[in-house]
Amino acid sequence: MKTLVWLGAGGCGGCSMSLLTAESPDCLTALAQAGIELVWHPSLSALSGTELLATLDAMEAGRQPLDILCIEGALLTAFAGQCQTLGGGEPLVARVARLARVAQCVVAVGGCAAFGGVGAADDAGIGGRGLQFDGDQPGGVLGAGFIARGGLPVVNIAGCPTHPGWVLDTLALLAAHALPASGLDSLQRPRFYADRLVHHGCPRNEFYEFKATAHALGQQGCLIEHLGCRGTQAHADCNIRPWHGGSSCLKGGFSCIDCTAPDFAAPHRQPLTTPKLAGLPTILPSDMPKAWFVALSALSKSATPARLRHNAQSDRLDIAPTPPTGKRR
Amino acid sequence: MSRKILGPFNRVEGDLAVNLTLDGERVSSAQVTSPMYRGFERALVGRPLADALVVVPRICGICSVSQSVAAVRLIQALTGVSPAANGERVMNIVHACENLADHLTHFYLFFAPDLAHADYAGQPWHADWAARLGSGGPAARQWLAARATLLRMVGLLAGRWPHTLALQPGGVTRTVDAVERLRLLGWLAEVRQFVETVLLGVPIEQMLALQQPDDLDALRAGAGDAGRWLRAADALDFARLGRAGDRFLAFAAYHNQGNAPWPAGLWADGRAQPLDLSLLSEDVSHSWYEAAPPRHPAAGDTLPNPHKHGAYSWNKAPRLAGLPAETGALARQLLAGQPCLTALVRQHGGSVLTRLLARQIEAAWLVQAIQCWLAALELSEPFIQPPTHTPLTDGMAAGLTEAARGALGHWASVEGGRISRYQIIAPTSWNFSPRDAHGQPGPLEIALEGVANQDVRIQHVVRSFDPCMVCTVH
Ligand code: SF4
Ligand code: SF4
Repeated sequence: MKTLVWLGAGGCGGCSMSLLTAESPDCLTALAQAGIELVWHPSLSALSGTELLATLDAMEAGRQPLDILCIEGALLTAFAGQCQTLGGGEPLVARVARLARVAQCVVAVGGCAAFGGVGAADDAGIGGRGLQFDGDQPGGVLGAGFIARGGLPVVNIAGCPTHPGWVLDTLALLAAHALPASGLDSLQRPRFYADRLVHHGCPRNEFYEFKATAHALGQQGCLIEHLGCRGTQAHADCNIRPWHGGSSCLKGGFSCIDCTAPDFAAPHRQPLTTPKLAGLPTILPSDMPKAWFVALSALSKSATPARLRHNAQSDRLDIAPTPPTGKRR
Repeated sequence: MSRKILGPFNRVEGDLAVNLTLDGERVSSAQVTSPMYRGFERALVGRPLADALVVVPRICGICSVSQSVAAVRLIQALTGVSPAANGERVMNIVHACENLADHLTHFYLFFAPDLAHADYAGQPWHADWAARLGSGGPAARQWLAARATLLRMVGLLAGRWPHTLALQPGGVTRTVDAVERLRLLGWLAEVRQFVETVLLGVPIEQMLALQQPDDLDALRAGAGDAGRWLRAADALDFARLGRAGDRFLAFAAYHNQGNAPWPAGLWADGRAQPLDLSLLSEDVSHSWYEAAPPRHPAAGDTLPNPHKHGAYSWNKAPRLAGLPAETGALARQLLAGQPCLTALVRQHGGSVLTRLLARQIEAAWLVQAIQCWLAALELSEPFIQPPTHTPLTDGMAAGLTEAARGALGHWASVEGGRISRYQIIAPTSWNFSPRDAHGQPGPLEIALEGVANQDVRIQHVVRSFDPCMVCTVH
């Protein structure tokens, strides 16, 4: 069995609450299946606060093994750490730094623990930092050079909140020593989900192909041109591995805001609005030359089927594809 | 006199410590500390108003939809946009699913495990609880499955949970078709089955028909966890545990074309009274904020000062007409006139028993309400109003609603399209408030006075309010 301690830092608890929505299997079954023993989780544990502190002391002193340390929420460093303490007035940040040194693996669960989150993006005044990043800059409270005992830097399960599958799969891979350093991308996110784009498998892909565009929320078309969809840049598999068995932001009718990126909630991001330069969206696929994008868009727009042009600006799929009739040529 | 600190608490949302002064075997006074501060109110200042819909759900990962609903209502009030009728219905369904999921989470994850505590070993009702809730017991997987089904419904309607952007001024971003409604009704039927057979042990209609305290006998005799819990509650005298001043406050919720099934109001001196929102204030005399006179949230500020002498919490002290008030499902039920709870509160005041029972009655109500809203969807009508393109007017507005734990309010001012002030009073801000300038303790502080010095009993009182600390300190 691998031991896991999960501590809540300055976050909303949403990653834990999201974890509990896992289905087939549920999260308790998945953790058991992965051979993980939950020594402590703020929502799931029966151990009292004093018992927790004693356990953490024992782990720091090497009397008890700590295989996986999960931190949820930003590390709050303002006021010399006094805006979050854990037992006896000690800043939580100090405890986390000591535990990280004895843990085999250190995992940042969610955008807050990974990059600092909403609190770092703003003048919230809480000094929100990530474990090993401040926004997109390496550093964080553990420092850019930190490597956990098991050989990996902090594993950043980015997302706000995290999909339960991202967390459970990462933990299972770590428990099985099956996540090599090459399995992390440049922001230390697990590549099994971060090498995908939200755009992959989006139900609006056909609209995208023909640049058939939604002009307002509630409409069926592609959301990139007017409603700020960042799905072609967002590193996540939301439309391949759906949420709650069958959903995603796009299926829910609103744009991806790229919640796995370090600065997704920064004020300049302007959710659901497409930033434009000379009339052209600046959130185009990053690995495609702009000129080609413009040329291909013009071409595909000229070929947009009437069905897609209509449906794109409707709140329902009014016009069905025409069934093939007569002889095929 | 001796002192002790209880905390850090597990199985609450966020961070909490309780500082107790003991007089022999009893608590003589309590100070409730919210030891974490996150600065959301300040983070919102200077942003375009539309950003609020991305930022505010992230205040809380357990009542994220409630936060969105408050912000949507605020923006609607400010812009004059009125929601499509279907949009309101779907918003209600999504909100109700979250609140029902919260009731399950509260009961099974946060409250009930204390009844399986070893301190109670040997009591006649204990083995039953230990078998259901102990590690490997069947309860965890049952309620997790029901909760996941509720959030699958939220997923279909709102993309994902928590932190959706589907709830917008004017309605929701997702149009529901006939087949999807069937699917939602099917999932709801599964939830209903859980609520009736596992949670309550009686049909929903029977739960909603509870008239007087004696009617609870049917529930007690039932095979559900509600009966199991009532038998323990009787043995532990929960009807007299955790009384907190008996002033109850609620905002209206689940708006539907100008009506709301849950009225706003104040319940005090044994009866419902109108709520005068102009009498709201937040006091910071014992909070780690720069000294200031009590202010209405529309004029309030959040200026942290962790070194302030005499302060002991990051929570402010919300007051109505200068007095503390308790909020939550019990407040909603009293204001809606639920007769059995009214009788119980008139007898012994608010208590661990009535707080928990109110949530179970509400669980039954929510299942029925979701079913009605689903049936009422007019599938060929719009789910969101087309955008109006009227320029955003500057001004001040409030967005009020009810989270599972009680009254939630957002107040904001906008200048030049940007937020110039954003103040939030969350339910737990009320319930877990510190003292005010007059030294008046908050509801939980009152409720802990006189409780026997036994950790598990103190925890029952604390958890009966279902603290959500991340909301409290936002
Ligand atoms: S809506 Fe977004 S994710 Fe979907 S096709 Fe358009 S750009 Fe891609
Ligand atoms: S679609 Fe985008 S915003 Fe939505 S969960 Fe996925 S990455 Fe986050």
